[in-house]
Amino acid sequence: MKLSVPDLSCRELVEIVTDYLEARLSVEDRTRFELHLGYCEWCRTYLRQMRQVRDATGELTEESLAPEAKNALLAAFRDWKRGSGGEKP
Amino acid sequence: MQPSAFEPSAADAAERELAALRAGDEAAFLALVNRYHGAMLRVASMFVKSRASAEEAVQEAWIGVLKGLHLFEGRSSLKGWIFKIVVNCAKTRGVHDGRAVPMSGLDDLADEGPSVSPDRFRDDTERWPGHWSQPPEPWPDERVESSEMLALVREALETLPEAQRTVMSLRDVDGWDSGEVCELLGISEGNQRVLLHRARSKVRAFVEEQLGSEGSP
Repeated sequence: MKLSVPDLSCRELVEIVTDYLEARLSVEDRTRFELHLGYCEWCRTYLRQMRQVRDATGELTEESLAPEAKNALLAAFRDWKRGSGGEKP
Repeated sequence: MQPSAFEPSAADAAERELAALRAGDEAAFLALVNRYHGAMLRVASMFVKSRASAEEAVQEAWIGVLKGLHLFEGRSSLKGWIFKIVVNCAKTRGVHDGRAVPMSGLDDLADEGPSVSPDRFRDDTERWPGHWSQPPEPWPDERVESSEMLALVREALETLPEAQRTVMSLRDVDGWDSGEVCELLGISEGNQRVLLHRARSKVRAFVEEQLGSEGSP
């Protein structure tokens, strides 16, 4: 049986994997992508690793604020509160 | 104010936060600082030459935020407004420092070649051209779930070109959506996705190399 859409190669799949994860593929391309995944365990592994990378990155936290910088900001906030700040009741 | 059943509670939370800030609530201010400071530093770094300069730009931006708090009308999100101030402060400082205003990520958009080395695929003379000849090996779950994985990802992120690192950090560390990233950096949706794709592909390749070379049990 001939597929109505041309097959996707693994080399092509790794270039559109982010478009897939971002849900930005056309319906036709998404179909080709998923058809390929259906028979290619290697690309399933690749996709899984891209998700694992994304998810692990999501567990990172940004650098926290140094105490001196935090104190300087708090001081600025207090100044602001005394001056123009602090909403009038 | 009319509470609407359709209004997301996030909007209410934002409203309450703004009110607390305006009332001079220190805890609310510290929470805001803790939430955005790291990302602000990251964004500021794109426009200035040094780390110290980025820190100054962020401090300056916070002062600007405080000054403008009573004028902020809540038409945009507080977050969007704060980051716009950071970008402005950092740009001004960057011009002073003699660093050209970047790129809109464009200098990082030059063709970089494929996401995976071409010699891991069968070439066009072989059967199944373009399919894996050296396929990826699944990573053991216990290593993916370990702190080792996080350390590797963090290390890989630091090696990325700046625009790629910024986009991936804002998207994947800070959880911004693509629209927010595009607006802040002034790049198109397509370019944003190219940068994200290159970044994640490189981080994956780095993790693969490290997990492989350390020899899992």
